[in-house]
Amino acid sequence: MECLHNTKAIVKRELKSYFESPIAYVFLVVFLMLTAFLTFSVGRYYENGQADLRAFFWWHPWVYLILVPAAAMRLWAEERRAGTIELLLTMPVTLTQAILGKFLAAWCFLAIALALTFPVVLTTYYLGNPDSGVIVTGYLGSLLLAGAYLSVGILTSAMTRNQVISFVLSVVVCLFLLLAGWPPVTDFLVRAAQDSPVLQWLLQAVSSLSFMPHFENIQRGVVALRDLVYYASVMAFMLFATQVVLENRKAG
Amino acid sequence: MLDIRELHKTFGPIHAVRGISFKVEQGEVLGFLGPNGAGKSTTMRMITGFLPPTSGTALVHGHDVTTDVVAAKRQIGYLPENAPVYGDMTVVNFLRFVAEIRGYAGKERDNRVDAAIEKALLTGVRRQTIGTLSKGFRQRVCFGQAILHDPPVLIMDEPTDGLDPNQKHVVRNMILDMAPRKAIVISTHILEEVEAVCSRAVIIAKGRIVANGTPADLKAHSDSHGAVELTVKQPSEQVAADLRALPSAARVEQEGAQYTVYPRDPGRLFADVTQLVRQRDWHPTGLKYIEGRLDDVFRELTLGGETAANPN
Repeated sequence: MECLHNTKAIVKRELKSYFESPIAYVFLVVFLMLTAFLTFSVGRYYENGQADLRAFFWWHPWVYLILVPAAAMRLWAEERRAGTIELLLTMPVTLTQAILGKFLAAWCFLAIALALTFPVVLTTYYLGNPDSGVIVTGYLGSLLLAGAYLSVGILTSAMTRNQVISFVLSVVVCLFLLLAGWPPVTDFLVRAAQDSPVLQWLLQAVSSLSFMPHFENIQRGVVALRDLVYYASVMAFMLFATQVVLENRKAG
Repeated sequence: MLDIRELHKTFGPIHAVRGISFKVEQGEVLGFLGPNGAGKSTTMRMITGFLPPTSGTALVHGHDVTTDVVAAKRQIGYLPENAPVYGDMTVVNFLRFVAEIRGYAGKERDNRVDAAIEKALLTGVRRQTIGTLSKGFRQRVCFGQAILHDPPVLIMDEPTDGLDPNQKHVVRNMILDMAPRKAIVISTHILEEVEAVCSRAVIIAKGRIVANGTPADLKAHSDSHGAVELTVKQPSEQVAADLRALPSAARVEQEGAQYTVYPRDPGRLFADVTQLVRQRDWHPTGLKYIEGRLDDVFRELTLGGETAANPN
């Protein structure tokens, strides 16, 4: 119980601080406009003539690539820059609780942003008769993907006191994790590495670390345990790395 | 209340804190002095659980910071250097957050917040965003945060740094006000502060303790301890010669009409000088007993530490 109220207080403060600053509103407006634009114009939602949300979810890995690092960059970098990290970590909380609190707050915020895309769902139900199961797993997959990006963003945020550096690092890492398993890239690389079985194996190994195949599996409406385990382990690994980085860096 | 045992801290090749031990009891205000870079902040960060000690430990109200840091942190109110606070929050929201993270909820939380606002003299700015406040107010917000849970141990890192004389006075009064019920450690390099609020002072240099005593004890180490300052209407060679001739005087310095007599025997000099003044009828316009200057002791001890640490 003890551990819960600590984490809860941090979650509350972080969420409030999103909404007390313009960040939240800029983020929400950009996110909603961007997803709507990409879905309806670029994704040709109407022209597809299908009552599903494929055109909507297809863009999420790319939209998150820019927006999630932006939502995460402040989390630790700002604490370190302002010195409030010293205040926070001398409160009766453990470092793990503080990291979890910040992570959950940012994830809640992203969930709120995602929930506000509900008009797309309503439109789809109005136009046709979509498979509700696929919509639910689509949202679940998108939320998990956001959490994975976020855990990368928290890690890079802990590595620097400069938010811009955190943002850039996080975009690069996420882009790598995205492209490593994105079919156009993997197909090209697999063809290039045709002759060498070792390279082939290496490519497979790297691409299996990527967000992309797991995201696509869930988008197809299949929630397999291995995909859930994948996301959980990415987040756990990144948060653990955050803890190690902060243990080492908080002095400076 | 606070028992610090052989704390060491190394950062890579740098040995910042080299075996610091002291105790602070309830009712004591301990001044923790030292030049910049002596290891004051590092020591405080280890006591407050921000940095883990390389070796040694601190017991805070019986809780060991190396084995049960959360319990130890619960007993401490801490004002970090430069008073960091969340600039985007209002004063009342910030204190509410601190109350919640410290485990208070509902009515109890609001009472604690109100009490802290009152004690830290923040009533006028409770709804203001902290980022818009002046440095003095921000310092008090951080102070309010430190006393919110009425901790038995209070640790303050340079609590009056960067404040104007009025604000310093306010902060010192707050400290004195709470002193009887708490064990307080304040770090500072402002020596007048030590005399104003501290019941005991520990001086460190290069990560080691070089002195530990009441401000009066420390001043007794200064070579001006027991000196006498005499100002006369008509200065003359004769006055200087007569003063120099006193058996209890070591040397005499003259600056215009003011003579400073340094003692060979600090216990007797003042009596000797007053007797001489009466005998010679010098018409003194000022006569002052010098207790000793903390600055001198500080300089002597902390610079001495430097040569001791460096055998060449």
